[in-house]
Amino acid sequence: MKHSTRWLTAAGAVAAAGALVLTGCTAAGDTASTDDSSSGDLTPVTLQLQWVAQAQFAGYYAAVDQGYYEDEGLDVTIEEGGADIVPQDVLASGDVDYAISWVPKVLGSIEQGANITDVAQIFERSATTQISFKDKNITSPADLAGKNVGSWGYGNEWELFAGMQKDGVEVGDISLVQQAFDMNAFLAGDIDAAQAMTYNEYAQVLETINPDTGELYQPEDLNVIDWNEEGTAMLQDAIWANTDKLADDEAYADQTVKFIKASIKGWIYAAENPEDAATIVADAGSALPAGHQLWMTNEVSKLIFPSTNGVGLIDEAAWANTVDIAMNTKNETGGTIITTDPPETAYSNEYVQKALDELTAEGVDVLGTDWAPIDVTLTEGGE
Amino acid sequence: MTQTGSVSTAPARATTAARGRSWLGQGMPRRILVGALGVLALALLWELYIVVGPADGVIVGGLTVLPRASEMAMPHLWVMLERILEPVTGSSSAVPMWQAVLEASLFTLGIAAVGWLVGVTVGLALALLMQRFKLAESAILPWIILSQTVPLIALAPLVRRWGAQIEFGVFSWENWMSVALIASYLAFFPVSIGALKGLGSPDANHVDLMHCYAVGWWKTLWRLRLPASVGYLLPALRLAAASAVIGSVVAEVSIGLRGGIGRLIVEYAGAAGSDPGKPWAPIFGSVLVGLVAAGFVGLISLFLRRFRRGEVAA
Repeated sequence: MKHSTRWLTAAGAVAAAGALVLTGCTAAGDTASTDDSSSGDLTPVTLQLQWVAQAQFAGYYAAVDQGYYEDEGLDVTIEEGGADIVPQDVLASGDVDYAISWVPKVLGSIEQGANITDVAQIFERSATTQISFKDKNITSPADLAGKNVGSWGYGNEWELFAGMQKDGVEVGDISLVQQAFDMNAFLAGDIDAAQAMTYNEYAQVLETINPDTGELYQPEDLNVIDWNEEGTAMLQDAIWANTDKLADDEAYADQTVKFIKASIKGWIYAAENPEDAATIVADAGSALPAGHQLWMTNEVSKLIFPSTNGVGLIDEAAWANTVDIAMNTKNETGGTIITTDPPETAYSNEYVQKALDELTAEGVDVLGTDWAPIDVTLTEGGE
Repeated sequence: MTQTGSVSTAPARATTAARGRSWLGQGMPRRILVGALGVLALALLWELYIVVGPADGVIVGGLTVLPRASEMAMPHLWVMLERILEPVTGSSSAVPMWQAVLEASLFTLGIAAVGWLVGVTVGLALALLMQRFKLAESAILPWIILSQTVPLIALAPLVRRWGAQIEFGVFSWENWMSVALIASYLAFFPVSIGALKGLGSPDANHVDLMHCYAVGWWKTLWRLRLPASVGYLLPALRLAAASAVIGSVVAEVSIGLRGGIGRLIVEYAGAAGSDPGKPWAPIFGSVLVGLVAAGFVGLISLFLRRFRRGEVAA
């Protein structure tokens, strides 16, 4: 009798553990399926991001939230990226309709055979900088020689290398340090000049207490090498579409114009309502602290507005500069991103121009000439 | 208490049972005590290093072999604990950190459990197949071993991509299933190897005896091989549980699945400088998931206790 009781207890315990596990699974199912909202006549469209939800993609989330995509007859599902997800590969293999990625990263994929087209250059300016503490006295790429220089690699290093080579510093002249997701190595002094996106890592430093003063680090404590100013900026976040489908599938081509149009409206909304946009992104599942999220929204808007020719229009000179750097800048192994000019189809202004024309006709200001960023006060930990 | 039951069986079994009882009766509190002491020693060691460790770490030949003892690199334990009790972010709707981590832990645990179940099922099936047919063993075994040399980061995006194309009827492939599949890919390996070894472990004369009785393969399996394999299987199941948890966390990061521990680790990493306690919370969460998974396998071994003659490390 006793024996079987024990068996029963054990069985009960296993069943309880099993139930626990099953609850976990249902939770898994629920969370994963929240984004497929079914709809009547809307065309389902999926967009692949290059990283997890954060304000870097605020415009797309805002366009979903504000119903701009719906107005165009699109039911947009946003797929988040991950450490090993390559958006242009996901797009080229036909799993999504559009993808967000950096131009230099995609140029390599195109040379490898990916048949995709930059249909809207959302970020006009580059957000990549190389930051260092004032006492290191690094104010130009030439000063990087002999220093510990941080980079994330994986295609994030080319603006840095191009800037250095312009100033006559070879990759061999610096000690290249692999940078992690955090800025600890920089704060601890292991990295003299660290790679930092204006909208993310730069703020991470400014959200940290300076042990010498007991206050947060201030912008005055840092020297920033901005690749836009050095002339080696490369084009970053762009909307990519499938080249073959653009040529053969008229519905897809039309849908591309609509998608770009609604996305631009989303970005205008995010620029004009940074607080709301930050909240939308947080509601979409980003766990970044609120202050940091707002900073990111504001900084990302600065990359877009004021726009020179209209949001998303690819500037031929900037494109040519990006291609030139991609062909002529050598990395630590002597390789370049691409060896020959990309095909004509690598970018097209056809669709974004249509979208801009429609927006202008509707009275939307697509230049944002009068737009001004807000002042975001950073706090410890970005709260 | 089980004396009457035990005495009726072979004397060897009685001594095992007696040993097992004392292990439970008096040994259990001691084991818990020793375990708690181990954790305490680790905590003390951590704090001690913060106090006596060099601020710049120990550098040998340009390589840092011991970490910096700075607040950023090694926050005090109470900083981490305090952080767990505080809300995740400063916004009014933010939940306390422990709640967020606990939810993520449950999520990851669920996926790991599915991965473990699939992995154990596949592993056992493969082991049975290989045990039954010598040809299958020589054909499959090398591939099983090769399978573990495929790097996870190469596999994860492929699995997600293939999965995205699966859809029949109401069933559509969710991203969490990709993660579970990757977890099972890691989990099946120790089970298939351990079970194969265990199934082949009975003495030749025992197997011969079964032959003499003219007992078929299935009955031999049930009466002889399976009971004999338990000692090999349990460590394999434990390894599989650990692999499933690690596989889930890594695959979550890899394909960017939201909701689990892997995602929290990535999202909180950026706060390492400005909020040093924060990135540690999901790490504790993954430890918790590992403990629960190991505890679950412990329950199974309690179930199979009467077959445990001594475990063999897989």
